Amino acid sequence: MKEESAFPKELIAFIDEWKAKPGNLIMVLHRVQEEFGFISRESADRVALMLDIPLATIYGVISFYHFFKTVKPGDSNIQVCLGTACYLKGGDALIEELTNLLGVAEGEVTEDGKFSLEGVRCVGCCGLAPVLTVGGEVFGKVTKDELPGIIAKFS
Amino acid sequence: MAFRNYILVCGGTACESSKSDDIYNALIAECKAQGVADEVQIVKTGCFGFCEQGPIVKILPEDSFYVQVKPEDVPELIAEHIIKGREVERLLYVKEKKKHAKVEDIEFYQKQFRIVLRNCGFIDPENIEEYIARDGYIALEKVLFEMTPDDVINELRTAGLRGRGGAGFPTWMKWNFTRQASGDLKYIVVNADEGDPGAYMDRSVLEGDPHSVLEAMVIAGRTVGSNQGFIYIRAEYPLAIRRLEIAMKQAREMGLLGKNILGSGFDFDIEIRLGAGAFVCGEETALLASIEGRRGMPVPRPPFPAVKGLWGMPTVINNVETWANIPVIIAKGGTWFNKIGTQDSPGTKVFALTGKIRNSGLVEVPMGITLREIIYDIGGGIAHGKEFKAVQTGGPSGGVITIENLDTPIDFGSLTKLGSMMGSGGMIVMDEDDCIVDVTKFYLNFTVDESCGKCSPCRIGGRSLANLLEKITKGNGELADLDQMLEIGQAMKKASLCALGQTAPNPIISSLHYFRDEYLAHIVDKKCPAGKCKSLISYYILPDKCIGCTACARKCPTGAITGERREVHVIDQAACIKCGVCYETCKFGAIEVR
Repeated sequence: MKEESAFPKELIAFIDEWKAKPGNLIMVLHRVQEEFGFISRESADRVALMLDIPLATIYGVISFYHFFKTVKPGDSNIQVCLGTACYLKGGDALIEELTNLLGVAEGEVTEDGKFSLEGVRCVGCCGLAPVLTVGGEVFGKVTKDELPGIIAKFS
Repeated sequence: MAFRNYILVCGGTACESSKSDDIYNALIAECKAQGVADEVQIVKTGCFGFCEQGPIVKILPEDSFYVQVKPEDVPELIAEHIIKGREVERLLYVKEKKKHAKVEDIEFYQKQFRIVLRNCGFIDPENIEEYIARDGYIALEKVLFEMTPDDVINELRTAGLRGRGGAGFPTWMKWNFTRQASGDLKYIVVNADEGDPGAYMDRSVLEGDPHSVLEAMVIAGRTVGSNQGFIYIRAEYPLAIRRLEIAMKQAREMGLLGKNILGSGFDFDIEIRLGAGAFVCGEETALLASIEGRRGMPVPRPPFPAVKGLWGMPTVINNVETWANIPVIIAKGGTWFNKIGTQDSPGTKVFALTGKIRNSGLVEVPMGITLREIIYDIGGGIAHGKEFKAVQTGGPSGGVITIENLDTPIDFGSLTKLGSMMGSGGMIVMDEDDCIVDVTKFYLNFTVDESCGKCSPCRIGGRSLANLLEKITKGNGELADLDQMLEIGQAMKKASLCALGQTAPNPIISSLHYFRDEYLAHIVDKKCPAGKCKSLISYYILPDKCIGCTACARKCPTGAITGERREVHVIDQAACIKCGVCYETCKFGAIEVR
């Protein structure tokens, strides 16, 4: 497990490279989240110091954008598409079933830290609706019956 | 070296998620194993558009169109098609018992006209030479050495190209404002923050033909006098980002990007900036705020970005689809382009045809085509023999179009007249099972989620509308709610700061106009005719159809269904949670929704 506040060399190099560029904050936050899977308070503090940007400004940005997370996601993050096409074809029913199967609500992480569940906007595979992704792998035309199998695959 | 056969594999996101990558690798391995690796070139292309039937494999020169291919099918494809020269019939696209081998025979492609998607599905997007071989960068050469900036603006003016991001503002005017604005520092920006849920044309262009956008940006830079471009793209599109990075690297190596482009003395470079999941950033002033690293909140216009944009400098900002049109217009001329489409809206439009349609996918059609042609001729009609109900265009900012208006030729003007809008090109088909109130609620919840909260008409008005819709779908609606929704909607339209708030009430206004009866059924009769709103429906077992197979009782999560084997079952309404599992499970149609 990585120490949250310990930024690896590559990350520090990236921040140094972007330091002088205007409008760098969002790009740096993306890189931090790529490294740790989320942006912890410690990471935000560190970014504030390195970029000389007030912490309040940083949290203003993090809380504005859906993509940035302040809580560590599960080992496998399940994203259920709730774009229009997926909604019409039962994306909401998939979330409901996953909530039952995993025992967590949307936006939560299971107790063992293995899975997190979130509803997302259009992943851009509308031809395959309803769609969900687990750890980046896309599953299309998913039915409720297939969900236990998909979960088992990542357990 | 010439190859005997070319095998094109779709490498778009939808097909890649259906294992097209495994197919690609299997093809390479199998060609080696069967000793034909030197005779066959295998290319991973961008999206073919026919996502419903993916993954797609096309073999040239026969132009055989194989659909729903699996990695296991690869040895047979190589052994039969490549070595013995016989098409593998079972994998060809089949419809109504007539075998379709060739692309031009497939209805899905017949009425399409491809400008924006000209290279998607034909070239390897990770190889600049393939783009150049299809007349890529010819337009740039023309702009650098033969045309003056005035010529370029005039060409766009003749073409009549209007912005494809939704508003339809004439592109030449935007460019001209920036060109005439004073200042040495100007910027070119690509809006690739495709946020409309249900639209994915920008993603497909960037994944399938990234150079078309890069070329257009350099052309714009030269025309308005800018040396720096930004591509603002959703972080949720990793494949598109990777392909753009590869394309930019290759263009730099060939002297098509960077310092002294093609020896002309003109410098231009491009940087990628990532979005972070905020729909409002599709609004241009919000997008620019986001590139500047701030919260993506819009500011009042004017001043327009064309005059005062990124970091206060004049900025040309266009949507991906608009950019992809530019090189073709310059290469073939504005007069050629203007002849396509309608007088109001020349050219083509890419639509993401999804929902309850048989052939969902990405289609590019000339403006002026009717919705009927798109839905029935290209899309193959409604799936599973259901009744057409409505088509929603313009996403959360648009409205519904009903069966009476299916024959209207579509362009920017005609869709607005019908109470909807072009938007970015999402086209969602609904059938009899979809509840219009429920779908409208879906859109309102979306805009409430995505409202930046800066101006109160959008922040408070949107929430009130969503609450009223929730009340109606829960069975607590009153007739006065309908008028109240319209009143709030009018206020939002007039007083909101940006297009997000101004257009948010559109789904309500439009659906109330065309489907007032359905709202009344929810409010007066306390029924949901489509059987979607759970508070307003009950499931019943029809005694004459139930054979007592016990299938529903075994699946019911709350044990609400009782009955002996081979006897009629009964649902305990108090215990039923209306999950609909029994309805899906019953093979005899014995469960009814009331």
